[in-house]
Amino acid sequence: MKNASIIMIIGPLFLLGLFAFPLWNIMLGAPQYPEPLGMNIHISGIEGVSEFDLQNIDGLNHYIGMKTIPKSGEMWEFDIFPKVIIGMVVLGVLIGLLGFFGKVDFKWFLGWFLLMSVLGVLGMYDFNEWLTDYGSNLDPHAIIKVTNADGTPMTYKPPLLGYQKMLNFDVTSLPSIGAYMMFIGMSLTLLASYLGWKGKRLRVKQLSKKTVAA
Amino acid sequence: MKKHTYLVLGLLGFAALLTSCGNGNQGKGSSGALNSSNAEKVYVAPGEHDEFYAFMSGGYSGNLTVYGLPSGRMFKEIPVFSQFATSGYGYSEETKPMLNTSFGFVPWDDSHHPDISQTNGELDGRWIFINGNNTPRIARISLTTFETEEIIEVPNSAGNHSSSFITENTEYVVAGTRFSVPVPQADMPIKEYKGNFKGALSFISVDPEHGHMDIKFQILMPGFNYDLSHPGRGKSHGWFFFTTYNTEEANSLLEVNASQNDKDFIAAINWKKIEEYVNNGGGTKMPANYAHNVYDEHTHTATSVMRKEVLTVDPTKIPGAVFFLPTPKSPHGCDVDPSGEYIIGNGKLSADLTVHSFDKMIAAIEGKKFDGEAYGIPILKFEDVLAGTVKSGGLGPLHTEFDGEGNAYTTFFISSEVVMWKLGTWEVIDRKPTYYSVGHLMIPGGNSRKPFGKYVVAMNKITKDRYLPTGPELEHSAQLYDISGDKMELIYDFPTHGEPHYAAGIPAELLAPKSQKIYKLAENKHPYATLSPADARVVRDGKDVHIYMSTIRSHFTPDNIEGVKVGDKVYFHITNQEQDFDVPHGFAVIGANTSELLVMPGQTKTIIWEPKQVGVWPFYCTDFCSALHQEMQGYVRVSPADSNLELSWSLGE
Repeated sequence: MKNASIIMIIGPLFLLGLFAFPLWNIMLGAPQYPEPLGMNIHISGIEGVSEFDLQNIDGLNHYIGMKTIPKSGEMWEFDIFPKVIIGMVVLGVLIGLLGFFGKVDFKWFLGWFLLMSVLGVLGMYDFNEWLTDYGSNLDPHAIIKVTNADGTPMTYKPPLLGYQKMLNFDVTSLPSIGAYMMFIGMSLTLLASYLGWKGKRLRVKQLSKKTVAA
Repeated sequence: MKKHTYLVLGLLGFAALLTSCGNGNQGKGSSGALNSSNAEKVYVAPGEHDEFYAFMSGGYSGNLTVYGLPSGRMFKEIPVFSQFATSGYGYSEETKPMLNTSFGFVPWDDSHHPDISQTNGELDGRWIFINGNNTPRIARISLTTFETEEIIEVPNSAGNHSSSFITENTEYVVAGTRFSVPVPQADMPIKEYKGNFKGALSFISVDPEHGHMDIKFQILMPGFNYDLSHPGRGKSHGWFFFTTYNTEEANSLLEVNASQNDKDFIAAINWKKIEEYVNNGGGTKMPANYAHNVYDEHTHTATSVMRKEVLTVDPTKIPGAVFFLPTPKSPHGCDVDPSGEYIIGNGKLSADLTVHSFDKMIAAIEGKKFDGEAYGIPILKFEDVLAGTVKSGGLGPLHTEFDGEGNAYTTFFISSEVVMWKLGTWEVIDRKPTYYSVGHLMIPGGNSRKPFGKYVVAMNKITKDRYLPTGPELEHSAQLYDISGDKMELIYDFPTHGEPHYAAGIPAELLAPKSQKIYKLAENKHPYATLSPADARVVRDGKDVHIYMSTIRSHFTPDNIEGVKVGDKVYFHITNQEQDFDVPHGFAVIGANTSELLVMPGQTKTIIWEPKQVGVWPFYCTDFCSALHQEMQGYVRVSPADSNLELSWSLGE
């Protein structure tokens, strides 16, 4: 249980990587942009990959009536997400410490993992909702209005994950270093849960052996 | 009958085939296989980059052109001494001061010899300098923005030809006069030239941080023609060498009268010694009047200041500072090998090259082995300083460059060829024809301690039949030779813009990564900048109307302006809001008596428009900036001079 608890303490600390590295990355390449434009989505805001990328993406998007990319103060998520992550890190480390001193068992570890997974899925859901709104809630006076083959107006929602061709742009959306660190951290807590469970089973077996011997 | 027709046609076809084969083989010495391997050597595939930049002087275009090697593709024309309507250089209010001189606004010059800045004798790629020959000036061009940043006029000079060559740590850019003149200028009979005219050699210091130029001192030499020059390097660092002709001091029919002496001189100048002399208070301050024009990258504006004094030095007052090396046959090019030991005088009326030895020169000076003097300047004995003679077999040697592997390459104007020879043994290794009558040649870094000896470019004076004809006026032709093997191989032929005299080449990897993409709007300190479309406005100041206008794809702010009157002087101050690479906007307004503006991202430029007729007049973007470029337009309403209409402006109302 000591080893499992140490891993449980380390695991949530990996989430701190989200404060240094982006969670997600969306790159937009086009014939006119051999060096693609890009945005890095951090938990506290959206940044351009290069200095003027956001300005240039906004400049292009105004043709098709998309809203400008939200600044840090313009989305509640960028206030809440950092707080949630800090809270989860503190909680996870606390659970690990309590496990180390034998106050709680592996079920708490697993509990933290499941809670984090639920929050993660909710975060992705929210992110996808924003992408949908960003890509489809268009200015009716847009300069360029493109319709699909069936006559419906074309929307420009970037893919949540993977590649999509949008007009002249090749859009690729992938998790970034922060997300990978979060993935590693969460995996570690799952490992801690497993080790904790295995350790407990072993102890129960030994205990029952002792009982039999006695 | 039908059969006959076929037969005749067939025979005709066969004859045509024979003829074309014959033509194909005529005059082409090389086989098809060789041609294809040469094609590979110069082929830069679409999207690939060249290995070298080549900066070619524009000669009578007054500018500097940028090419890629080995492809021979032209990338840019950098306006330097000539107005350039393409970008508005020399037309815009910001850049007009760049062309200011003591003679007023001079919109043209004859640009000759570019030289890239060096550190420890190696190319460092910070700046490139070039001389204006006609109205003596030296320009400094940034190699991050590829724009002219500074021009300094050179007083007491005329025909600024033995310029603009730099010392090996860019301590000085040196400018020598080809035509001697009265110093100071005076109303005197031309016939009294001899003994009275002077040749000024100017040492212009270069600030190591910003590159700003300042004339440190001028050496007032005897009234010869100082034709070309090059710095010493390595062990000869601290010396500068100038070829002279017309040591006869003829003032008329120089063609004959300046070709009488069997030998003219190479002037060897110990500039370190003179620098020390002036640092210790030596020299004479002389009243002068010359322009110093500096362009500021942040205000996007040039300012011109008239300087009123120059420090002159009489070389005879500094013992050991200047010597003459006798050199046969009116030498033209004056080139120093990468080691700094050999000084090559290219006697243009001779078949041979004269090579002087720096070590021998020092020994002769120390041994005081003089062969008389000229105007108080000691003349060394020809035999004492001679390292060797290259018996070339060619005619009319002009210029020499080096490959860094012990070989030298000399152009021969009259026999129209490049001759490759070995330093030290003076033997000719190879010779290849040029098309036609080559002037300068260039090896990237060939005028430094570290040449990149892969290619040599020959710049010719005569083009004739090399390309499809374009009427009487033709671009000049250049040839590219591969010199990576034991012999030279002609691999390419391409036209060049203007008349390139000299060129300077540099590996692309030294420049390309630091080439600037945009100007940051946040760093724009132009007094009339419009940093945000919200700041766009129109302000009247008497008859002057200042329009603070911004551009972004794809509209002007404002694009409707009313209240301008006939007789007003309207300043369009255009700021490009874009911060994206390669998105300039242009500006042109109907009837403007000036050029357009081409405004780079983050930049502000201004032109003046003086409306003469009542009406509603359009302006538009001249650079195809986006899919809605054609919509990028606006109107100015011009009312009669006595109109009471107030200024108003708008966008999208």
